[in-house]
Amino acid sequence: MGLTLPEGGAGTEVSAMSPNWVTTRLDSLSNWARSNSLWSMPFGTACCAIEFMASAASRFDIARFGMERMSFSPRQADVLICAGRLPFKLAPVIRKIWDQMPQPKWSISMGACASSGGIFDTYTMVQGIDTIIPVDVYVPGCPPRPEGLIYGIRLLQKKIQGESFLDADLRQEHLLGPDGLFLPARKIDEVSEPFGNSVHQTRSA
Amino acid sequence: MSTRTLEMSLSTPGLDAQGQPSRVPLGVRLPEHRADQDDMGSEHMLINIGPQHPATHGVLRLVVELDGETVVRVVPHIGYLHSGFEKLGEYRHYNQIVPLTDRTDYLSPMANNVCLALAAEKLMGIETTERCTVLRVVACEISRIISHLVWLGTTGIDLGAFTPFLWLFYQRERLYNLQESWTGARLTTSMARIGGLMADIPEGFEAGLRDFCRTFPKTLNETDSMFTRNAIWCGRTQGVGVISGPDAINYSLSGPMLRASGVDYDVRKDRPYLGYDSYDFDVPIGEHGDIYDRYRVRLEEMYQSVRILEQALDRLEKLKGAPINVADPRVILPPKSRAMSDMEAMIYHFKQVMEGVKAPVGEAYLGVENPKGELGYYFVSDGTAKPVRWRIRPPSFINLACLPKLCEGVLLSDVIAINASIDIVMGEIDR
Amino acid sequence: MAASPSVAALQARFADAILRHEVSCGDTIVYVTPARVHEILAWLRDDAGQLFDYLTDITAVEYRDMERPLEVVWQLRSLSRKADLRLKVELDTAAPLVIDSVFDLWKGADWLEREVFDMFGVSFTGHPDLRRILMWETYSEGFPLRKDFPLRGHFSRAEQTRQALNANPEANYSLEELSIAEAYSELPADMKERLNQGERGGVK
Repeated sequence: MGLTLPEGGAGTEVSAMSPNWVTTRLDSLSNWARSNSLWSMPFGTACCAIEFMASAASRFDIARFGMERMSFSPRQADVLICAGRLPFKLAPVIRKIWDQMPQPKWSISMGACASSGGIFDTYTMVQGIDTIIPVDVYVPGCPPRPEGLIYGIRLLQKKIQGESFLDADLRQEHLLGPDGLFLPARKIDEVSEPFGNSVHQTRSA
Repeated sequence: MSTRTLEMSLSTPGLDAQGQPSRVPLGVRLPEHRADQDDMGSEHMLINIGPQHPATHGVLRLVVELDGETVVRVVPHIGYLHSGFEKLGEYRHYNQIVPLTDRTDYLSPMANNVCLALAAEKLMGIETTERCTVLRVVACEISRIISHLVWLGTTGIDLGAFTPFLWLFYQRERLYNLQESWTGARLTTSMARIGGLMADIPEGFEAGLRDFCRTFPKTLNETDSMFTRNAIWCGRTQGVGVISGPDAINYSLSGPMLRASGVDYDVRKDRPYLGYDSYDFDVPIGEHGDIYDRYRVRLEEMYQSVRILEQALDRLEKLKGAPINVADPRVILPPKSRAMSDMEAMIYHFKQVMEGVKAPVGEAYLGVENPKGELGYYFVSDGTAKPVRWRIRPPSFINLACLPKLCEGVLLSDVIAINASIDIVMGEIDR
Repeated sequence: MAASPSVAALQARFADAILRHEVSCGDTIVYVTPARVHEILAWLRDDAGQLFDYLTDITAVEYRDMERPLEVVWQLRSLSRKADLRLKVELDTAAPLVIDSVFDLWKGADWLEREVFDMFGVSFTGHPDLRRILMWETYSEGFPLRKDFPLRGHFSRAEQTRQALNANPEANYSLEELSIAEAYSELPADMKERLNQGERGGVK
């Protein structure tokens, strides 16, 4: 499939039905159910995973927000939370786990390393998991405080509440393209460029 | 809506002519084994655990060859978190490496920061002030406690006990509050600098820490009562994953893994640093080298850490107002007010920020007793401000290498327990 | 600062094999000839006066000055005598980087030597299973900790991502593991083909 957008751009496919009172009520019911019972697939790799565990523990308790059960099987999960840095060796693993999750699914990129590569602009590190899987919410921080992660989860809940089943391209599965990449190669190089001082952090290189 | 077709490859190696999954005939110790003579009873099974798995304590992949439920061989595959720390360190000034150290062993960040500062100070021949030394001891022991709390909580979960995880993580939160009030961060503290610390402890820190030391042993007692004489816990941990003392030395194990096998090697006692030889504490030594002894050693280490913390707090009271940084302007940034007004201070500030603190030509290895074992930093310097080589001697990496030996002939569920007992942190293993 | 007494004992025992020694920041470093390093390390472990039974670390150092050789470093400790020693050999970077393995002396050398191989390309003769440990087995960009290897790698980010995504994360055994088990010859041809590509699969 790859990333093919409809002729007029994203979100312009008009379905046969136009929104009416019934569809908005149905939307609000299903979105309420989905957003308040997000079961996360904790793809925890590094330090952010520890803050994720702290969010799940009794002080911050994300079970209050519906994330009662960490689902370690992707088949039963709704949201993939990539908590921590992602080296290239782990890239096919997260892609496979993402592909194994059934729709509806969302993803949260927790922390600077998952969002952009963080402080690791090195030969091993994926410069942002959005070059591999689609991301819905980015939570900045190194590591983000549990409050930050909870804010990110709440943002995702708001995003879900704005969804509508009339959107034709909403639950589209974004597979790898024919070249084996998720984003076009040029785009990956563009977003991964070292910006500023990521190699040498002073002028005295 | 478009349909979605996705080809999922089978995890078995392939299908043979009859459409049956073909097994890879493995098993060095078994006699000649041919795939077409198989009946289910004599086949070995391959199980892939990880790299994404709740019980592998990070991104570790274990390929297990099973004969029924018994493990014939375990092959650990690591590198799923390799971030290029050592390479990155060659592009950073010594003080800029401090934030990197938080992220290797992220369960005990302050201890890594201190180890880095000590190693760089050994290289540069700097001796820190007394108050700084005592505060670093406080940092190391707090890190020991929080690391062991994670270990105990997650090992409990692996073996089926969920409640102590919540109790122990609450205690971690109390220490995180203290860490945050001191350094500004809960986890990535970056609190040490060459020649000193980032900041002195704030108001209320000592009172908070004293309160913690007073009440924390009660939680430890509760956890002790949950585990130590619990039939399930004892049944699952005693006699499992045994390694003898001489084997442990030969495998270069360190920390509680080594001490649980009866070897009395603690860097704090044998190669003292930070004045540990002047503190009054005991080092628990195990006897059987199984998971149970490792648990007892780590539990007792937490009690001993509280003891050290109380002594350190007493010393801090006597050192009120003492400086935490050495008075060497080539190494410590001058206060901003002076840097803005005094020419000499401005030049020192400029040189340190723009060029970094230069180390003399030479090399230094320094090992400290981290919660997981002996963490060593090895610096090689060519006279510039960036090290030629920064080697991290990772205790978990070396401890994990003995996993295949520990898992010979155990059951599959024991593999999880043994893996948990090694106390690994993948950030340090893979660096 | 005085050098460790082990230096004199080594010089007495091995004469020419001990090239030189220095003391840096309180640590004693002994440089030895590569050909006899295994013998020297075995003597250091077993001799009653030395007893360096604990192998703390094995690593390698390459200097920024291209003229200097690559050094392989063994950090030893004697638990009973509470003494440390650092041993080094110098390998010419123009020649193949090969040195003896000490796996038969210390089992802890297993993964440490694999890592030096992975990061620097130094081969250890006598190691039972020398393959990459941190990078994947068919990693083709080079040896990361060498000084001619740039921080961000040789390939472009898109190329690295492409190679990463084309890997087969379910490859169960590497070629070396199977050859250890002497089972390679019994495998079906298409599986041999898949395994020849290693854990990462082919680059398409």
